[in-house]
Amino acid sequence: MESTKYTQPVALSKKQVDRKWWEIGDFFRRNSLWMLMYCTGCCAIELPPAMTSAYDMERLGMGPMATPRQADVLLVTGYLSLKTLRRLIYTYEQMSEPKYVVGFGSCTINGGIYHDSHAVINQLDQYIPVDSYVAGCMPNTEAVMNGFVDLIELIKNKKANGWKNYHTNNAWYKKNQIDALGEVRIKDEFHQ
Amino acid sequence: MIEILMNIGFGLGVATFGFVLQTAMGGINRKIAARLQKRRGPKWYQEFIDIFKLLSKRATSHGWIFDFGVIMALGGIIGTAMFMPITSSIVAFEGYDNFFIFVYLIAVGMLGMAMSASGSGNPLASIGVMRALTTMLAYEVPFMVVVMTIIKLTGTSSLTGIAVAQQTGDFNWFMIALPLGFIVAVMSLMGMLGKKPFETYIAPAEIASGPMVEYGGKQLGMLFIMHEITIFIEVSLFVHLFLGGAETIIMFLIKYFIVYAVLNLVSNVLGRFKIDQVVTFFFKWPLFFAVVQAMIAIHLGWVI
Repeated sequence: MESTKYTQPVALSKKQVDRKWWEIGDFFRRNSLWMLMYCTGCCAIELPPAMTSAYDMERLGMGPMATPRQADVLLVTGYLSLKTLRRLIYTYEQMSEPKYVVGFGSCTINGGIYHDSHAVINQLDQYIPVDSYVAGCMPNTEAVMNGFVDLIELIKNKKANGWKNYHTNNAWYKKNQIDALGEVRIKDEFHQ
Repeated sequence: MIEILMNIGFGLGVATFGFVLQTAMGGINRKIAARLQKRRGPKWYQEFIDIFKLLSKRATSHGWIFDFGVIMALGGIIGTAMFMPITSSIVAFEGYDNFFIFVYLIAVGMLGMAMSASGSGNPLASIGVMRALTTMLAYEVPFMVVVMTIIKLTGTSSLTGIAVAQQTGDFNWFMIALPLGFIVAVMSLMGMLGKKPFETYIAPAEIASGPMVEYGGKQLGMLFIMHEITIFIEVSLFVHLFLGGAETIIMFLIKYFIVYAVLNLVSNVLGRFKIDQVVTFFFKWPLFFAVVQAMIAIHLGWVI
């Protein structure tokens, strides 16, 4: 049996204190996910019912945001042609950290019905890290909501580390991006 | 010396009170809007979560004007809120709750935000700032005419003075005494708060949330805090000028909630004006009614 006598509280190391703060931050981050919708694919049609009265994602604290800087989670809804991939990478790199990515539909997992097209990439997570996938062609709205709940669980369990992997494996991601696109130049149009 | 420090501490308390009150009200009103649309809606403390999340994120900077402007905006607004009376007796700086102090000091916050947004260099931010200042020009004129009428009638420009004049029975509440002026003030208040028909300078789908386009993380969090305190100042001004102020803090909360909730309900069923429509609207009917009300009240002396 554990002693009930008063013991001196053990001073936490800096790492442990940082971890505690990070956990508090995670509570706020997972309860307030602001989305940036990259709606070029057909799965985007599942988002309006998820947002409005039928499924109401606002009860999870989620909401649409206007610009990448304000957003926490990037929704890639469907196939990505090489042209849109370039814009997606620009957008992803503009988001403020911690940032998460949700891939919609089979197109982001293995290419889906566009798997043999020369203009479309097959696996999204070769180019940017993806935290949660929603499978289906197209996924129904329950699956979309479930994908968001999964992302919240991942953040809670500290497994949504895509944005950290993008730092640690940056060379690998950059190599894949350059192989596909030829050149990835993050152009800052406003500060030149 | 000690007294001044006490007053400043009190003032900061008022600003904190305003932030907590308005943030909670914002969440509750999101819930109300959700129930109208047959949704469950977010938690009532959702806006607190949003703000603390933003403060916990990493952010990029776009130069020191960008950072400094945000701090100036937040500081200016907190400085304005410090002067705000909550009830007729709870005032941080006794005798300095003049209406014009708010008019001038609130501009510091607004200009700080304008400076910071322009410092980001994004053209959408510049468009948003320009629209915000144009909207300000539009709603200030009719609102000022109405408030000048009140000041002329009561003979004081102190907010507690005006509130006490309504409480002691010298005048009815000015929403009854000056009905036309009250309607004008409601419209102007919707413009001040950036509610739906006058939301032109935010316009998320059109200019990507206007001045806030380049903000993320900490700076956006500070701007949200500033925004909440601004709304607190504007709604409290309205409560003190038109609804007879408040004798107790409970009355203040009730009046505050009613004003904010009603405006929110109205804004939820309206679309968005274009910027030229905003200006023409404010310079057409509200200004006309404001002048008519001033003529009736001051020249003819008809005050209900």
